[in-house]
Amino acid sequence: MKKVGNHTSFSRILIFCLALSLSFSLASYAQDTAAAGTEAETAASAGAGDPVKGKELFNSLCASCHKLDGKSTGPALRGVADKHDREWLYKWVHNSSELIKSGDPVAVKLFADNNNVTMTAFPQLSNQDIDNIMAYTSAPAPAPDVNTPGGKVVVQESGASNNLILGALVLVLIVLVVMLVLVNRTLRRVAAANGVEVAKQDSTISLWQAYARNQFLVLVTTILLILTGGYFLYGYLMQVGVDQGYEPIQPIHFSHKIHAGENGIDCKYCHSSARVSKTSGIPSLNVCMNCHKNISEFTGSKDSTYVEYSKEFYNGEIQKLYDAVGWDKSTQQYTGKTKPVKWVRIHNLPDFVYFNHSQHVSVAGVECQKCHGPVETFEVMKQHAPLTMGWCINCHRETNVKVEGNDYYKKIHDELAKKYGVQKLTAANMGGTECGKCHY
Amino acid sequence: MKAIYKIAFLVCVSAVATSCFDKSRPNYQYFPNMYEAVPYETYSESSAFRNGKEGQLPAEGSIPRGFSPYEYENTEEGYELAKANLKSPLDSTEVDMGKGAELYTIYCAICHGDKGDGKGNLAKREKFLGIPNYKERDITEGSVFHVETYGKNNMGSHANQLTQKERWQVAHYVMKLRSEL
Repeated sequence: MKKVGNHTSFSRILIFCLALSLSFSLASYAQDTAAAGTEAETAASAGAGDPVKGKELFNSLCASCHKLDGKSTGPALRGVADKHDREWLYKWVHNSSELIKSGDPVAVKLFADNNNVTMTAFPQLSNQDIDNIMAYTSAPAPAPDVNTPGGKVVVQESGASNNLILGALVLVLIVLVVMLVLVNRTLRRVAAANGVEVAKQDSTISLWQAYARNQFLVLVTTILLILTGGYFLYGYLMQVGVDQGYEPIQPIHFSHKIHAGENGIDCKYCHSSARVSKTSGIPSLNVCMNCHKNISEFTGSKDSTYVEYSKEFYNGEIQKLYDAVGWDKSTQQYTGKTKPVKWVRIHNLPDFVYFNHSQHVSVAGVECQKCHGPVETFEVMKQHAPLTMGWCINCHRETNVKVEGNDYYKKIHDELAKKYGVQKLTAANMGGTECGKCHY
Repeated sequence: MKAIYKIAFLVCVSAVATSCFDKSRPNYQYFPNMYEAVPYETYSESSAFRNGKEGQLPAEGSIPRGFSPYEYENTEEGYELAKANLKSPLDSTEVDMGKGAELYTIYCAICHGDKGDGKGNLAKREKFLGIPNYKERDITEGSVFHVETYGKNNMGSHANQLTQKERWQVAHYVMKLRSEL
């Protein structure tokens, strides 16, 4: 007769517990897929105007100075139709300065409230056009974005459930180990009960002792160890002073991926001195403000798959910029209280080597990406190239110099090509590998 | 058995030495005094100045070499005056459309579009709205230069990215784009 294990054995209880906990974790995970809230319907057409046509007109004519919610160059326009008389609005839009000059008290006050900036006159707009715009601006503000806070919660929840899964896995592992021990013990007990001898390890000399007695093997291993040790030591010493992959945390999180990648802003828009000077230039904050005076919030894009942080995070970073440059978002004015941003320098050549950006960017026409890597895909800026001398020299040897259309130096270019017996001159042929070119 | 410990120790040391690169810190340097400059480097910190920075504002009243004073003020009247009176100082040999196009592509096309139709990438992505088509606006080379220098409405000043001459090159290119629209 075969021996059957105890029905209420420890291992069975454990398995049951495991099954129970796993089923719970699955249930809690399934809740994440609950549908997000539906979007609020846009308001039905209000009054006489057509909000769709109004939106078009608003975006093309008004939006450069007005936002629907929040002050820009001009005041916020949502609900403006309820604040003023319609006839008055027609006059204002057609020619506001005339209205101000006529001494209309409302117009004068509005003008003063907005830093005495004159609004561009739009005599070309018909009253119907203005009605359309008013219809668009009268639409109620969209309900606070349901998706964003929900999205954040989902992220947190999935983090929690990840932990749960990890915990469950650890539990499973522990249970498995315990089960293994139990099974082993049971098997031994069964074996002992049935009188089966468990084979024991034979006590001949161990493999290690055999190895240690063979002097030839020991010698070969020692040589191998010395060689590999030397190889790794060389590798280690050669990377001292090389900062490839250096990715420090900057005081303001600036995403090159969003600015240069998604929005496609040219590198030289911000790093403008790379065209004309030795250093590429860290843009001063007024360059940031060229755009961020208007863009005070991160809006993402329709396919915001590229976004690696939350909307709140990016808005916070824009606020850091405003604090540093002393910009008051609500009044749209500079407060004069500034504090410099202490950026961390990433690319830093040693003092004993000379490098000039303008020579490479403007004269040679080298793409920024050639040395700095695909920066437009970097969420956090890092050093892409090793910036070692071998790396510089290699590029000088491989890069052809554009001599076409440079007739002034044609003779010397031809002679150089003849001297080196090449069709196309490289930077090295022009003296780009001479010591004194970079070290002096 | 001692040999095993030695081997394990060696492996550990080499693993630690090769794998522990902290990417948020710069690497060690040989002889740092040959790496670090004695004079001030661009953007470096320096105790020689009261605010501890190498980058100092120029002394008050100093002007860059080759700079000519710009007399129109950053006001509505200044804009109108510049639009009416300001003329480009560049003669026909100095106007370089290639250069103007290159600079326009870097600094303007992102909003105003490659053709000046107000449909640049930022406008398409609705980051900036209401960017006018050059054709729809009454502009002259003087007013373009004025706006490049001071900015207007939501457009900021580009005077620190472009020199006066470069701004004139761009202004000429903008007027060319306008005529082609």
